[in-house]
Amino acid sequence: MFNISVLQEPETLEAAVAMLKADADLRVIAGGTDVLIRIQHGGDGWSRLLSLRSIKSLETISLRGDGTIVIGATAPFAKIFLDPIIREHLPSLAEAAVSMGGPQIRNVATIGGNICNGAVSGDSASTLFALDALLKLESQDGERIIPIHEFYAGPGKVHLRPGELLTAVLIPRDSYQGTGGHYIKFAMRKAMDIATLGVSVVCRVRAGKFQDLRIGLGVAAPVPIRCLEAEAFARGLEVTQANCREIGRLAVKASKARTSWRASKDYREHLIEVLTERAVLEAAKRAGGLHAE
Amino acid sequence: MLNSNTAGIATLRQLALTVNGKPYAFQVDIRETLLDVLRNRMQFTGVKQGCAVGECGACTVLVDGTPVNSCIYLAMWANGKTVTTIEGLEKDGELSEVQAAFVEEGAIQCGFCTPGLVLSTTALLDSGRTFTEDEIRRELSGHLCRCTGYQKIFDAAAKVLNK
Repeated sequence: MFNISVLQEPETLEAAVAMLKADADLRVIAGGTDVLIRIQHGGDGWSRLLSLRSIKSLETISLRGDGTIVIGATAPFAKIFLDPIIREHLPSLAEAAVSMGGPQIRNVATIGGNICNGAVSGDSASTLFALDALLKLESQDGERIIPIHEFYAGPGKVHLRPGELLTAVLIPRDSYQGTGGHYIKFAMRKAMDIATLGVSVVCRVRAGKFQDLRIGLGVAAPVPIRCLEAEAFARGLEVTQANCREIGRLAVKASKARTSWRASKDYREHLIEVLTERAVLEAAKRAGGLHAE
Repeated sequence: MLNSNTAGIATLRQLALTVNGKPYAFQVDIRETLLDVLRNRMQFTGVKQGCAVGECGACTVLVDGTPVNSCIYLAMWANGKTVTTIEGLEKDGELSEVQAAFVEEGAIQCGFCTPGLVLSTTALLDSGRTFTEDEIRRELSGHLCRCTGYQKIFDAAAKVLNK
C-alpha cells in the first residue's frame, strides 16, 4: 500500500489543468515508475496525486503537416521504441527509448515523466538535447513552448511553473531531416541500470564534411548538456577518425563531471572522450558520410 | 500495510476488471497496488512479491496483454482492463506452449521468478513479432532469477519464439 490520500483521474487535459490550478498540492503521476517508488520510500509531499493515465490524447505520436514530430508526454518508452514515425525519422531516440529501464518499466514509464523528473541520467534527455527538442507546457492560463535545455534547472529540478503540465515533446523537421544519429548508454549492466554516461549525437554530412553536428551528454554535469565547442569545431570539418577523436577530446571541455559512487570524475571524462568519438563516427556513418582515411 | 495515508482514512473506489477470463467487481482502496489486490484479495498467489520497487519482475502480470510490474501499478489503473496471471495460462488442464517449454527445457528451479518470466515470454509470443537472440535477452531482462543463470530460461523462450 502507498501513502496516497487523493487520486484524481481526469479524462481530459482541460479537466487536468483545472484541477492543478485549483489544488496547488497535487503532484502529477503518469507511469508511476518513479513517483510510486518515491512514495514507497516515504517521500514527503507526494500523497495527493493527479494521474494523467486516463487522458488518452496525451499518448499519441504524430507527424504534423509541417514535418514536426509530436510525441505526447505520456507516450511510454516501449511505444516510442516501436513507433514507425520515430523509427524512420528519429532512430537515435528509439535507441535511447529501448535502453531505459527494463521491458516492464518501458511499458508504463513515460517520456514526459523522464523529462519532468529532471534526472541527469534520464535516458531520453541527451538525445532530446541533441535533437533540439521543444517542450509544450500547458496550464489553464495558456501554453508556452520552450527549448528543452531551458527546462532543466538542476539535479532533479525543472522549470515547471505551478499549475503547468508538460503535454508534448516537439521535434521540428529542421532538427532531424537528413541527419544520422546514434545514442550510446554506458552502464555497469546491459539492462535495468542507470546510465553512468549517456552520449547522443545527431549530424548532417555533405561531401564528406560535417555540415552540422550536435552532441548531447547525460550525467556529464548537473543537468544534461550540449558540447558547443566541439560542435563548432566540427562544422565544415572532414569526417575522419582523427577528427572524430578530436571532437571527443573537445566534448570533455563542456562537461562538469563529478565523482559519485557510480564512477569517478576521471573515469567519466574518459568515457565522454571515448564514447563521443564512437557515437560521432557511427552517426556520421548513418548520415552517409564516413570515408576511409 | 507499509504506510497509512495522511488522513488515515481509506478512500474506496469501485474496480471492475477481468482476470484470467472472468469478470470481477469490488471496492478497492486507492492506496492498493494491483499486486496487493491480485495476490492478497483474489488469492492469485502465482503473482509474487519480490522487491516491491519494480526491479525484479516477480510480480509481473499482463494488463491488456502487456507485461507490467504489478507492485508499482495502482489497482485502480486496472479498471476496465483485462489481466492475465500465471493461473490463467493453462487451458483445460493443459499447460500453455510457453509453460510446456519452460518445463521441457528445465528452466525452473525455485520457481519464484517463473510466473513473471512465463508471462513476459507469452506476451512476446502473442505479439507475433520475431526476435533475435539479443532481443529475446533484452525483452526478458526485467526479471531477476537467482538460481538458473538464465541460460535455460533463454533456451525455453527461444524454443517457443523461434519455432
